[in-house]
Amino acid sequence: MSNVEQMLTLNLKIWRQDDRNDKGRFVDYKLEEVSTDSSFLEMIDMLNDELVKEGKDPVSFDHDCREGICGSCAMMVNGQAHGPNALTTTCQLHMRSFSDGDTIVIEPWRSRAFPVLKDLRTDRSAFDKIIAAGGFISVNTGNAQDANNLPVNKENADRAMDAASCIGCGACVAACPNASAMLFTAAKMSQLALLPQGEVEAAERASNMVREMDELGFGNCTNHAECEAACPKGIDLRNIAHMNREFLKSKVSGK
Amino acid sequence: MGFKLDSKIPEGPIQEKWEKHKFKCKLVNPANKRKYTVIVVGTGLAGGSAAASLAELGYNVKSFCIHDSPRRAHSIAAQGGINAAKNYPNDGDSVWRLFYDTVKGGDYRAREANVYRLAQVSNNIIDQCVAQGVPFARDYGGYLANRSFGGAQVSRTFYAKGQTGQQLLLGAYSSMMRQVNKGKIDLYTRREMLDLVLVNGKARGIIVRDVVTGDIERHTADAVIMATGGYGNVYYLSTNAMLSNGSGAWQAYKKGAGFANPCFTQIHPTCIPVSGQHQSKLTLMSESLRNDGRVWVPKDKEDKRHPNDIPEEERDYYLERIYPSFGNLVPRDVASRQAKFRTDEDKGVGKTGLAVYLDFSQAIEREGKDAIEAKYGNLFEMYERITAESPYKQPMRIYPAVHYTMGGLWVDYNLMSTIPGLHVLGEANFSDHGANRLGASALMQGPADGYFVIPYTLGDYFNNHELEPVDTNHEEFEKAEKEAKDKINKLLSIQGTRTVDDFHRSLGKIMWDNVGMSRKESLLKEAVEEIKKLRAEFWKDVKIPGKAEGINDELEKAMRVADFLELGELMAKDALQRVESCGGHFREESQTPENEAMRDDEKFAHAAVWEYKGENQEPVRHEEELKFENVPLTQRSYK
Repeated sequence: MSNVEQMLTLNLKIWRQDDRNDKGRFVDYKLEEVSTDSSFLEMIDMLNDELVKEGKDPVSFDHDCREGICGSCAMMVNGQAHGPNALTTTCQLHMRSFSDGDTIVIEPWRSRAFPVLKDLRTDRSAFDKIIAAGGFISVNTGNAQDANNLPVNKENADRAMDAASCIGCGACVAACPNASAMLFTAAKMSQLALLPQGEVEAAERASNMVREMDELGFGNCTNHAECEAACPKGIDLRNIAHMNREFLKSKVSGK
Repeated sequence: MGFKLDSKIPEGPIQEKWEKHKFKCKLVNPANKRKYTVIVVGTGLAGGSAAASLAELGYNVKSFCIHDSPRRAHSIAAQGGINAAKNYPNDGDSVWRLFYDTVKGGDYRAREANVYRLAQVSNNIIDQCVAQGVPFARDYGGYLANRSFGGAQVSRTFYAKGQTGQQLLLGAYSSMMRQVNKGKIDLYTRREMLDLVLVNGKARGIIVRDVVTGDIERHTADAVIMATGGYGNVYYLSTNAMLSNGSGAWQAYKKGAGFANPCFTQIHPTCIPVSGQHQSKLTLMSESLRNDGRVWVPKDKEDKRHPNDIPEEERDYYLERIYPSFGNLVPRDVASRQAKFRTDEDKGVGKTGLAVYLDFSQAIEREGKDAIEAKYGNLFEMYERITAESPYKQPMRIYPAVHYTMGGLWVDYNLMSTIPGLHVLGEANFSDHGANRLGASALMQGPADGYFVIPYTLGDYFNNHELEPVDTNHEEFEKAEKEAKDKINKLLSIQGTRTVDDFHRSLGKIMWDNVGMSRKESLLKEAVEEIKKLRAEFWKDVKIPGKAEGINDELEKAMRVADFLELGELMAKDALQRVESCGGHFREESQTPENEAMRDDEKFAHAAVWEYKGENQEPVRHEEELKFENVPLTQRSYK
């Protein structure tokens, strides 16, 4: 990567779709004078600025923090969820990863459980439903004992933290040929099962979250590991193995 | 009309105020709680924790967020940590010390009683979050780890890697979703609040726009809680998320809620500098970096060599020079101002000249690259991803950026605004941080308000107020909906030549240049006039494509910018009236011969609370006197 600023001319092929019912289509745009120092989303901002000035509808996309933590931004860039760089959300992708004259294809997540709302925006509320089904510890405000009354083995605490890093962007689903949400579901499940305070209801949690996930129309895991490769936070595939174990335990225990 | 500011601070010694007050708060019988409906706007740490806790108690909660999921609220971006007075390291911390540090850190412009309560409940927050499964860092014995943060002399900061805000928010979110599953919270996502509705002077509902369909909806409730965050995006460039806005607070202000200390903004010293015109937002680098990084600029302003080629003796480590005892760890406001002074002297670095160096070479030499990587690896990576420069090989470039707004809607001890039934939590209120917020204190305030204060004080409100039944056909809802629709239609009908972002950028420039890190009378007066002009132009010349129905990003932005164009003016007016330097508010007319901030406690030991008087009318400035009975007033000194 060079840190000398350059200006790029780009050919963009962007998925445009008016609303949920529209069929949608690719539209070509040519964009000039894109600084290599700008981020990918700032590149789309530039395009939108031109479109708005021409009185046209700008490209709609979800975004918010623009520092890789809120999980809002979500797009396929040249067929890859969040684009070419590993461990990088779209908002953290910078234009120095592209070359002058490149053609860039930009699409929304493609999954039955994430219907397109407009252009690059999808409805990911299915993820909230999975969490609502069991992605919590059943503790009311005020119930807690002193935090240090319950020591947690450091290795487990660190693994729980790694699993908890999930930002809920949906790249795992978008990258999976089966549109499976197992990495997302497993990450929350193993975070909580690894901690003593979450272990108590691990079986019920596993059973409820998996049932919800299946009902929402997500596919199953067939070990392609595309989810792990696409995950901007590096969530480990072994979480899925952990989830399967928790799920099996729940079946054996009849929960 | 006109409001009376009764802070309702309980009598008695400060240590006993909250306990006694909780006892005095009347309880709502469990069977009656289900008869009350509460609207909570915002799902960040304050709103999320309030929604979950109130639903657990049995209230019917309607929760609204602007995002597609409550989990995306901007609390998620807080990196460093959360303070609590646990004193686990046995290093001399206590509730009293946390209280003392926070009052002093806020430069004596916060309310003592509120800050003391914040320090008291800080410990409950840690307990609650651990019980929820928040994976705080631990040591090898399995106990919770602490670090010192933002120049505190004790280690009282709990953290979850560099993602503490994310983990706390996800804890509140999971508690909320549990109540959604139980049917105690009705969750409304992708809704933008357009107005607050008052019936007989009490907050009884809101008007929102479904940003997917464009439908305008009316929602009623027995009380409204706003936890809509801060308004730092008035500056266009800030570390706030793109959707963060001041509109909710502004609508409440225009309905009669007092707006306190709007000029108190925090400019964070360690952000990645602006790289060019395309810039859409700024990225904060945790201030923990100042524990090991040394801040410097070249002594000679003509020195344009690569930083690695500038010898030690030709560097000015200005924070260490000016503040020998605190050095690079001076509070945020001081570090930011000193960076500005250097760039004003043309000693700034990088291609724009608007940056200073933060250098880790000596720390790497002393502790080794691995040790530095273990502490700051993720921050260094983030920096390199944005700038394509490695902080292991050359100094970082940093510059201050707008980060947090201490000002906000005025609330009493019960967190209620001047509008009965409207409660305000978290960054959206003004109460706990005075004129400057200390590091790791924002994450403390949100959960304090939501988990541990509002569940007590809201019941007291219900017990003390007669609430007649209200439905969405009430004339006040009709009126508010019509006004919202008219505003949308008016914006869409202008069809001018300038984009919303273009206006926002112009406003940001006025705010940054005139109401930024260093303020003076002439510039503030100029800002008031310039903003008025820009606002008039906006309403004549803004260009918004598309229609009111369906997703219309430009329309959403336009409504927020329209409010910022009014809020910015009030900020300038507030800054103009406060002829003293305190915390993040530096008035050039009030400084020592060494350019240090000088407070004026005789004239300004108060919160300035603004009352809206109607369009094109001058707002009225009220004062809530602040009494310091426990932390004696002293000038801060970090020399």
